[in-house]
Amino acid sequence: MASLDRVARSLLLTELVSGMALTLKYFFKKKATLNYPYERGPLGPRFKGEHALRRYPNGEERCIACKLCEAVCPALAITIEAEPREDGSRRTTRYDIDMTKCIYCGLCEEACPVDAIVEGPNMEFAAETRAELIYTKEKLLDNGDRWEPMLAERLRLDAPYR
Amino acid sequence: MAKVTVDGIEVEVPNGASVLQACEAAGKEIPRFCYHERLSVAGNCRMCLVEVEKAPKPVASCAFPVAEGMKVFTDSAVVRQARRNVMEFLLINHPLDCPICDQGGECDLQDQAVAFGSDASRYHEPKRAVKDKDIGPLIKTVMNRCIQCTRCVRFSAEVAGTSELGGTNRGENMEIGTYVEKALTSELSGNLIDICPVGALTSRPYAFVSRPWELKKTDSIDVLDATGANIRVDARGPEVLRIIPRINEAVNEEWMADRGRFSFDGLKRRRLDRPWVRRDGKLVAATWPEAFAAIAAKLSSVPGDRIGAVAGALADAESTLALKDLMTAYGSANLDCREDGAAIDASRPEFWRFNTTIAGIDEADALLIVGSDVRREAPVLNARIRKRWTAGKFPVAYVGPHGLDLTYPAAHLGAGPGAMQGFAETLKAAQKPMIILGRGALQRADGAAVLAAAWALAADVGALTADWHGFNLLHLFGGEVGALELGFVPGADGKGLDAMLAGGVDALWLLNADGFDPARIAAGTFVIYQGHHGDAMAGRADVILPGAAYTEKDATWVNTEGRAQRGRLAIFPPGEAKEDWRIIRAFSEGVGKALPYADMHAIRAALAAASPVFARVGDVARAGCADPAGPAGGEVSGADFVLPLPVYHQADVISRASDVMAQCAATYGPAPALAAE
Repeated sequence: MASLDRVARSLLLTELVSGMALTLKYFFKKKATLNYPYERGPLGPRFKGEHALRRYPNGEERCIACKLCEAVCPALAITIEAEPREDGSRRTTRYDIDMTKCIYCGLCEEACPVDAIVEGPNMEFAAETRAELIYTKEKLLDNGDRWEPMLAERLRLDAPYR
Repeated sequence: MAKVTVDGIEVEVPNGASVLQACEAAGKEIPRFCYHERLSVAGNCRMCLVEVEKAPKPVASCAFPVAEGMKVFTDSAVVRQARRNVMEFLLINHPLDCPICDQGGECDLQDQAVAFGSDASRYHEPKRAVKDKDIGPLIKTVMNRCIQCTRCVRFSAEVAGTSELGGTNRGENMEIGTYVEKALTSELSGNLIDICPVGALTSRPYAFVSRPWELKKTDSIDVLDATGANIRVDARGPEVLRIIPRINEAVNEEWMADRGRFSFDGLKRRRLDRPWVRRDGKLVAATWPEAFAAIAAKLSSVPGDRIGAVAGALADAESTLALKDLMTAYGSANLDCREDGAAIDASRPEFWRFNTTIAGIDEADALLIVGSDVRREAPVLNARIRKRWTAGKFPVAYVGPHGLDLTYPAAHLGAGPGAMQGFAETLKAAQKPMIILGRGALQRADGAAVLAAAWALAADVGALTADWHGFNLLHLFGGEVGALELGFVPGADGKGLDAMLAGGVDALWLLNADGFDPARIAAGTFVIYQGHHGDAMAGRADVILPGAAYTEKDATWVNTEGRAQRGRLAIFPPGEAKEDWRIIRAFSEGVGKALPYADMHAIRAALAAASPVFARVGDVARAGCADPAGPAGGEVSGADFVLPLPVYHQADVISRASDVMAQCAATYGPAPALAAE
């Protein structure tokens, strides 16, 4: 009996029909994939993307060269050199992040006492050469200026949990 | 001795010791800010509170003497609460600026706040603001951070002996300062940075440069004066970023002089980083083989006795030995290490050493200083003398320019060597009299006679006995004694410095020799300059061999006592520069006179064989005087002594290349012209 049943099923193509039915069901369902770069999914406020150095609203750079981010960085990706600025304040003369070394753990922003170095929402900074991924202070400050509204919003959303 | 029980541990401490010392003897850590082992007790920070049985409240352990049978508790609930409260008070006016503070990472307040403080402050009112003081180009002040422990005030008054700092006003309004704004004049001012437990006094040249955890720390020896202070060289990558002292009770305790501490930026400037050879009257850059070929061609074309060598003030013992052996291989006995022309009798070590030893100063009971400004020639050693003077019953007199400020009162006997006898009665009355003869006193035509006269005086007043040696020569730089110990002086029929410079040789090898005017070298002499800085002497050279500075090589240095000490390589020499003894060794092999040592162990063994000083590194053989017979003398002239270092901050090639030292020289100027009386 069992063999008769199996022969009948294969002759009537029931498996094919049920498979095609499932295909047809998904054909009319809403798509789960996104048409990236034209469409994108939501990002949490704690997303750790490209780094940026922020400024105060008056334009003064926040970073005070305390070197805590350099000390905490587990990948040794940050290099800082500092000296007194003309007005006697403590500022960096060099702030480099090697983005090829960085593991995007976010410890640098955790360590920062003045919220200067942050990891922003940008993840689209792929480059063709490694040299482009050595970020200098100018590049990081430029990132900060570019992304500031989103960076500030991100910090505001995360503030209750810090 | 008193028996004290600290947390159940029984210890025995001398009567009169403080409870804090008893706790330390029991191995208990007591937090403190104002207490410092080498300063008087102030008892104003209150951080060292401990509980003593039967005492009604916690006591400040630094100022509380022990008593027989005392029971001390250092970790009870009362003590912990007391420490938290004191810490909260200290932090009321201390700014929360650790991220921009240079002390961050090595700050007593930071460490102890974490270890003994509470986790949050209850203070929300405004903090005190204090104006920063300008106390010179070496020390940066941020007076908001001051916790008024007064360590700096006590250091300046007690150790440095300049009493320039003090507190004005009381309570919260108290400010530390110099009363009238001025630069600190002490040569030991850098030590204020070390003893300040917070970031109120920090190093100005090091401002914002680095964090302590970034630095590679290397033990070394300060060679910019002859005290041989033990130092730690902190470097990051190819740069020395700061130099701080290490503790060595027998030499520098825990102090060091400003020239050694702050002149390291001279290591980056005016460096010789490649060989140079003079062609057609002009120095042109060359390679090592070219430089060696030029020297070999010259040395092979002149007879051995027309070749000479001078070892300078900053030459290490290894290279001095190598150069001496090379000269011997060439058949030359024309050696001299007394580049400043000091008439040092090299026949017996006693004639050139600081025989009493630096630790021995503590035992002396009368002192005569001849032709030396000890304060500027060896500031740390001077602090030791001052420490002995502070202990009392220590008459001091000096012969030299009138008006010398040695930081302790010293009677002025006269300006010339004839005045030495004026103190003989006091020295005779003393049990352990000391005479310090400055190297500057010997840099004159009758130097040998001055040396003999000083020795004769020492013998006459009983400073040379079987168990006390009171005759001392104070040198100026770290390389001078090492060369004397190795016998880098004219051999049989050898020419001395003057004869060599006056045309007595055709080829002259200068090893770190910058101590005389290059114009004195006779025209036509082929000069080989081996050194690390392009100072005046390098300009006179026909071949320049770039060597390593003291932070850039493993080397042995001998201080004025005859104590050999090892400095270690902290950073690599710049460019093509090489360790000095290896340069000489490589050259010797190229000319077929290979020296019998090829590695560090072999040359150190050779050093130990050459002089017992190098066999007991770090130690000094202190002995009485076995043979009171003095050096050969002569007629002493009446000429006044002239001090050898006119500008304290710019005395050697390294400090002359240093920007910080140039600022100091501009601020302080040359030592005030002292009128001979």
